Amino acid sequence: MTESPLRPTDIVELNPRYLFRWEEPQQAYILLYPEGLIKLNATAGEILGTVATGARAVNEIVAQFTATYQDADVAKDVMEFLETSYDKGWIRIKS
Amino acid sequence: MTKVGSELRVDGQGLPLWLLLELTYKCPLKCPWCNNPLDFDRYRDELSTAEWKDVLRQGRKLGAVQLGFSGGEPMLRRDLEELVAEANQMGYYTNLITSGMGLTPERLGALKDAGLKQIQLSLQAWDAELNNRLVGVNCYSQKLAAARAAKALGFPMVLNIPTSRHNIDQATDLLAFAEELGIEYVEFANLQYYNWAYLNRFDLLPSREQLERAEAVVQATRERLGSRMTIYFVITDYYDERPKACMKGWGNIHLTIAPDGSALPCQEARVIPGLEFPNVREHDLGWIWHESPVFRKFRGEEWMREPCRSCPERAKDYGGCRCQAFLLTGDAANPDPVCSKSPHHHLITEAVAAAMAKRSDGRLIMRERGLNLN
Repeated sequence: MTESPLRPTDIVELNPRYLFRWEEPQQAYILLYPEGLIKLNATAGEILGTVATGARAVNEIVAQFTATYQDADVAKDVMEFLETSYDKGWIRIKS
Repeated sequence: MTKVGSELRVDGQGLPLWLLLELTYKCPLKCPWCNNPLDFDRYRDELSTAEWKDVLRQGRKLGAVQLGFSGGEPMLRRDLEELVAEANQMGYYTNLITSGMGLTPERLGALKDAGLKQIQLSLQAWDAELNNRLVGVNCYSQKLAAARAAKALGFPMVLNIPTSRHNIDQATDLLAFAEELGIEYVEFANLQYYNWAYLNRFDLLPSREQLERAEAVVQATRERLGSRMTIYFVITDYYDERPKACMKGWGNIHLTIAPDGSALPCQEARVIPGLEFPNVREHDLGWIWHESPVFRKFRGEEWMREPCRSCPERAKDYGGCRCQAFLLTGDAANPDPVCSKSPHHHLITEAVAAAMAKRSDGRLIMRERGLNLN
């Protein structure tokens, strides 16, 4: 297993290069960037929405979703999505 | 979580997500690969500020979200800042697509205040002599100054390099410049051969070896810089075996409005004769997008012929480019001859051979008014 680029205590925030917002005609959250856009599914939108609301630590975000959904698998899914978002440059570690 | 997100670029659910405004065909540059029509000078009756604002309103209502201000050179419109401000308020992601001419620090500041999101700046070469020769005017130092000024204001940027045999060997230097400035996106725009580029294609097409060398440079830079820089490098389709998914399909997500208000499924669509493009001065955008015969003509798969009609890849590439099919085979409904399954594929391989045979000092036909090909 490869090592995660994110530590539990890392504070993450949206990369200001991206614009994250609800898009009514698409009924979805979208990420906008120079000459492109990505439509997020409901869960992905919810997670990035949490990141967008303020500087939160990775473990806080994971704990919040685990509590909301009462499901042990959620922690792994949320973590994987945060790692993907980090790799893609959508979110970054707050310095 | 199985899927992170879907690329809206592929599925817009029938909405014109991408609205491109060609504010003017006027431009101080004379690029011999310009994608404006050969008779660009005929289209003088540009939409007014109020008419463009109306297009913006209607486009947003239809679901457009990415907005390009293009041309010609959009900086030549004095109302650009006003249009950007209006679009920004409506919720568009505003992109400026410019040569950098006229992009002064003053206007950059005004564009920033208006809410402009990003700037795509073209640069043709890493030395002044070649850059200026390729575009026919002295503009190199202005382009570099514009890039630095835009970055100083914190704009995210796309450095667009119209890529041909003349400049492709400078990939290393161009990438180093982008890295030094902190430019986030670099696009090696391997030329697509329509309009002016088609006229000059034998003198623009790079060799396969040039492409492979540049691609190796791009790959090494990607590995070194990671997510700091995104580099787009799309191979010239003349060297491909399968066509590009042109515009992600005709009338699928792209809507271009030409300076005179004509609505086009893509910037090049005027090369196809016999199509009557609806105009925003006469029709509302909803009718144009959903109902007009031109936008329905090659939408979906109904229009396809064999071998596209039964091809398992038809949903991936939409049969390629209609304009290229017309330009090379004389019929826009034919498969894109780039595809090796096309009965016309030999036209592509012959064009490549002709271009390679002519690798000397071919004179480029510069974009100018009143072109007379006879």
